[in-house]
Order: sequence, then structure tokens, then C-alpha cells
Amino acid sequence: MGEVNPFIILIAAIFTNNILLANFLGMCPFVAISKQIKSAFGMGVAVTFVMTLTATLNWLVYELVLEPYNLEFLKFLVFIIVIAAAVQFVEMVIEKSSPTLYMNLGVFLPLITVNCAILGVSLLMGNREYSFIQSLAFGIGSGIGWWMAIMAMAGLRHRIQFSNVPKALQDPGITMLIAGVMAMAFQGFAGIVNI
Amino acid sequence: MAQGQLSIGANSLLKPAVVAAPPARVGLFESEAWQAFVTGIWADNPIFRQILGICSALAVTNKANNTLAMGLALTFVTGFSCLLVSLLRTITPRRVRMVTQILIIAVFVIIVDLFLKAYFFGISKEIGPFVGLIITNCLIMGRCENFASNNKPMISLLDGIGCGLGYAFLLMCVAVVREPLGTGKLFNISILGSGWTEWGIMVAPPGAFFVLGVFIWIMRGLSKDLK
Repeated sequence: MGEVNPFIILIAAIFTNNILLANFLGMCPFVAISKQIKSAFGMGVAVTFVMTLTATLNWLVYELVLEPYNLEFLKFLVFIIVIAAAVQFVEMVIEKSSPTLYMNLGVFLPLITVNCAILGVSLLMGNREYSFIQSLAFGIGSGIGWWMAIMAMAGLRHRIQFSNVPKALQDPGITMLIAGVMAMAFQGFAGIVNI
Repeated sequence: MAQGQLSIGANSLLKPAVVAAPPARVGLFESEAWQAFVTGIWADNPIFRQILGICSALAVTNKANNTLAMGLALTFVTGFSCLLVSLLRTITPRRVRMVTQILIIAVFVIIVDLFLKAYFFGISKEIGPFVGLIITNCLIMGRCENFASNNKPMISLLDGIGCGLGYAFLLMCVAVVREPLGTGKLFNISILGSGWTEWGIMVAPPGAFFVLGVFIWIMRGLSKDLK
């Protein structure tokens, strides 16, 4: 994978290989938090930021610590610790530096630790043997892709409040069906770029 | 401080667990442990009731073989993580309990991953990263936090296995629809004959959303007690 242009990875991660709609990662917050556009936005920002940060951190940890000492089997344990620590650190920094932002993002930050999209990005980039720059691009792209998907879903759900959805299909059911249609739309991007 | 917020945040996503009735001398099928087991499979089914852990439900269900492996792996991890969390519940400080739970889960996931790599390399290669993602499957964290951290070890083990099986069951339901419609095969054996036109969409991502959406619809429609 050494030769793929990082920019192509960025675009592919946003559109053709959207972390949510093609890899199904980060579904739980996607269903739970997409009821309101405002919270969806906050969550999207937080995820994008943490994803970029942890993708690069985990790449460094994997290449500099785990691989030289043949400790690859510990990667799950180490990655999740790095993610938890990064989330905690980001939370403290934001709390100190920008109380307004903290008020807006505060609720979402701790939830990110258990967002499988974050861990998924770290694991996928290891599987595809990305270089540092490629991992950075992949992290940013996946974050933006997730952000875009949850914003689109929040907008759609906002409109659907006024529709007469069958009772059993409400909330999670209809969200799944909409996500299916969105995934089909995003498949239309396939062929532009590929990773 | 931050730990406290973490737990509040995660809890808000989860429904409270069923509180076990006071113990009494009763037969197996009325016992507390059996109740915990059955509740996990049907009344509190993680996917269509609690909408937890759907990431892997969607990703691995395009082949029944992979789905079975994933379901069993998850049942194992949930059961034993709940057991260990429950055993350690009295000596785990409140502040670090979420981290402890994640680390316990991660250890069992590593065991499963190494086991799959050693004995089922083909499957391990196909579901690859999704085994690692069992760690962040909110279903397990949910059970550990809501049930295992206040209940006795054996009940927690059964509750974990029940929830895992409930999850595996729904995963299989999705898989047995997706694989035949998408490829005409089930467990890699052709069942629909050569005249079958493959619905490519069913094994592609959108198919997963549609099938799961319809399943949630049917299941919720069937459960009368749903508010």
C-alpha cells in the first residue's frame, strides 16, 4: 500500500469507503445521537478530532513500540488504552482552555472511548499497512466521513418527525432503513477512487 | 471526576438492567439465574431492544460462517468478562471501574483473536478487524456495567452468555437472509440452485441496513409490551 497518494486515501475515506456506511463502524452513537442536529454536530466534531489524534498516536505506538519488541498481539489492549488516555487528555485540555467548547462537547467526549469507529480506524490502518502520512489522512477522512453521515442522518430524522411512521418501526428501525438508502447513495461514489 | 462522567455518559445510552428478584428455593426454570439467562435472549435482546452492538451485526452478516464465528466469539467474551467483572466487583474502585472493564474485555478478545488465528485462519482473515472491535461493542460494556458489577458471579456469567446468545441469534437471523439472497448459498453450500439471480445488494452494505431495519421492525411489532 506504500504508493497510494494520501489525498486519495482522504477522499476515499470520506466518500467511497465511508467508515459508517461501508464499514458499519460507530453505529451505536449514530443511532442514539442523531435525533438532534446540534448534538450530531458536536459529536461529529469530537469524533473527527479524536480520530485524527488517535490514528497518529496508535501508528507511532505500533511502529515504535509494539513491532520492534514483537508485541503485536497486545495491540488491542494498547490501542484501547491509548484511546482512553487521549480522550481523557483532550477533555482536560478543552476544559481548561475553552469552557464554552467544553460545555458543548463535554457530554460527547467520554462516549468516544467506546465508539468503535475510533478503534476501527486504528485497526484498519494497521491491516492495510499505511505509512504515517497515509494514516493521518485516513484518520481525518474517516472522521469527516462519519461527521457528514451523522449530520445527514440528523437532518433526515428531523424531517421525519412529522411523518406517520408505523409504531414498531419508529426510531431505530426507520434509522436503519434510511441508513440503507444513504449507503446506496454513497455507493454511487464507488469508482471515483479506491483504496 | 472524569471517570464519573464517563460512566454517566455510557449509562445514558443503556437501559437499566432487570433487577433480579430476591432469591428463593425454586426449580431451575424459575430460578434467578435462569431468568437472567432468558431475559438476555428475548426480553432484553441487545440488538432489537437496546440497539447495542450493531456495528458487527451489520459487518459480518454477509456470510453465515463468519456470523457464527462472530456470535460465538462474542458470547464467550461477554460471558467471561461478566464473570470476571463480577468476581472483582468488590475490590474494584468505583473511579476506575470502566477502565478495568475495558481491559478485562480486551484480554478476552485477545484470547479469542489468537484462537481464531490458530484454528480458523480463513474466518479470522475475513472478519479480521471486527474481532478486535468486540472490545468496543457496547453490549458487553452494558452488561458488565449494569448487571455484572452488582450481581453474583454465576448469575453474571449466565446473564452474559444469555445476552451473547441473544445477540448471536439475531446475527444469524440476519445472515440467513442475506447470504442466500445475495449469493444463493448458505454456509457456502448452494441452496437456491443455479437459476437464482443473485441480489448483489444484499451482501453489499445497504443490504445489511435494510435487513436489520426490517428485523427490528418485525421484532418490535411482535413484542406487545413495548411502550
